[in-house]
Amino acid sequence: MTRLLAWLYLLLAYGFILLPVGALVLFSFQDGRLPVPPFQGVSLRWYADVLGDRDLMAALLNSALVASGSSAVACALGFLAAYGLARHVLPGAALLRAILVLPLAVSTLIVGLGLLIVASRLGVGLSLWTAGMGHVVINLPLCFAILYASMGDQQRNAERAARDLGASEGQVIRLVTVPMLRPALVAAFFLSVTLSWDEFIVSFLLTRFDVTLPVEIWSMLRSGLSPRLNAIGSLVFLVSIAVVAAVELVLRPGRRP
Amino acid sequence: MSDTGRGWGFVAPALLWTVGLFVVPFAVMAAMSLARLEGRDLVWGVDWGNYAQLAKPQIARAVLVSLEITLTVTAVSVLLAYPLAAIIAFRVPPRWQRLALLLAVLPFWTSYVVRSYSWLLVLSKQGVVNQALLGLGLVAEPLTLANTRFATVTGFVHFFTMLLTLTIYANLMQLPRNYARAAQDLGANGWQTFRHVILPLTLPGVVTGAFLTFVLCIGDYVTPQILGGNNELSLPQVIMVQLGRRADFPLASALSIVLMGLVMLAYLLCARWLRLDRV
Repeated sequence: MTRLLAWLYLLLAYGFILLPVGALVLFSFQDGRLPVPPFQGVSLRWYADVLGDRDLMAALLNSALVASGSSAVACALGFLAAYGLARHVLPGAALLRAILVLPLAVSTLIVGLGLLIVASRLGVGLSLWTAGMGHVVINLPLCFAILYASMGDQQRNAERAARDLGASEGQVIRLVTVPMLRPALVAAFFLSVTLSWDEFIVSFLLTRFDVTLPVEIWSMLRSGLSPRLNAIGSLVFLVSIAVVAAVELVLRPGRRP
Repeated sequence: MSDTGRGWGFVAPALLWTVGLFVVPFAVMAAMSLARLEGRDLVWGVDWGNYAQLAKPQIARAVLVSLEITLTVTAVSVLLAYPLAAIIAFRVPPRWQRLALLLAVLPFWTSYVVRSYSWLLVLSKQGVVNQALLGLGLVAEPLTLANTRFATVTGFVHFFTMLLTLTIYANLMQLPRNYARAAQDLGANGWQTFRHVILPLTLPGVVTGAFLTFVLCIGDYVTPQILGGNNELSLPQVIMVQLGRRADFPLASALSIVLMGLVMLAYLLCARWLRLDRV
């Protein structure tokens, strides 16, 4: 009896969770003007429409640039800070760590608003650059936390051995620390890419003419339900899944016992 | 160079970035919340007038709406996610659990804005739910589901059920199976085992997940804006209104500080159980 209930619950829960995504993908193929039932047959015209939309494709490229650029910066800064705090004795290290993860404690709306106020006070024009800088603020704490947590004693011994053999600190980092931390660096980078790719409010507040994909989709929403939105949404979904699968494949071999 | 000096060299870039682009802007925003807008000119100073606006009905209402939505979402999401996580952890055969979990969080990979939009497909007047109900003859007229608080809550619950299922599942898997076995050997039935052993041991994880839900939900602008319509505004929506039409940065800043205060309050209330290092 409880067994049956459990499976029923599982079924209903999956229904609830997958229903909107199912509707999104299904009606992206709608051969009609509205992405709602009844399903009128399979058509790829909305995909063709979306892929031929210059603004949308520009936004897609912008998003890719901002996500990869801001993640690279966040990873680099996070790595250096994690290395400095894990391998050197610093006064007030606990305070430094707290400051570095502080942006996680407030909502991204507040991060964006603070930057918007400063930018407008200083007369800095809004662009993809300002949005990218905001994304680094959001992603740096995560990158730092992940990399700091993965700097273990095992690496420390290898680093010490390298130093005993005459390697300079730069060589140690380049030839020992970075290769040993590769899985964590990849994980931090892609987590950061995922978050930045999907980030809305900071991009919305800090961009003006060139916008990222979520902001472009946001402005398309004003015209209501449309299979075009389904098509671009499904494409983003597909790309994200492909990226996640790729990361799994990259990280897996190293983790296997 | 000394060891400490080199250490500073490594930490400095990240520290400068965080201080320059987060701590300083935040401080400016806090100062701005005490400034005043006279016509189009900004008058700096210590003026609590922006905070006094909390007494205005429409702003007080927004705070209340946000709290109501967030508390409802948090409670409903926990209640939905716990059984789901437990069923995946205890009923689904181990070799299928990874797949079951992946399926339960699949919509995470749709874009954030698109996720809310996809609920419009389900809930709108001509949407999936209404068409199904009409088709089955259960209703004569389509129901108004979109552009309501119900839609906002549904969109939020959808997202946070996924998030909480992940965190609660992780918690359940950390429990040694022997605890439940020991309880059963001592004569506890299924419910008693859950009530006196499993629930207390997973409570810190649940509270941490609920806190995360609260924080992310109360600060969100997208979901209520897309799904909630404009009948009632949440606090983030009111903040964005100040930025748009009126460019009232001081009031927007003050309301953001209030938003942060609500999060701090939630933190203090659950601090006893929180284990943020173990999310």
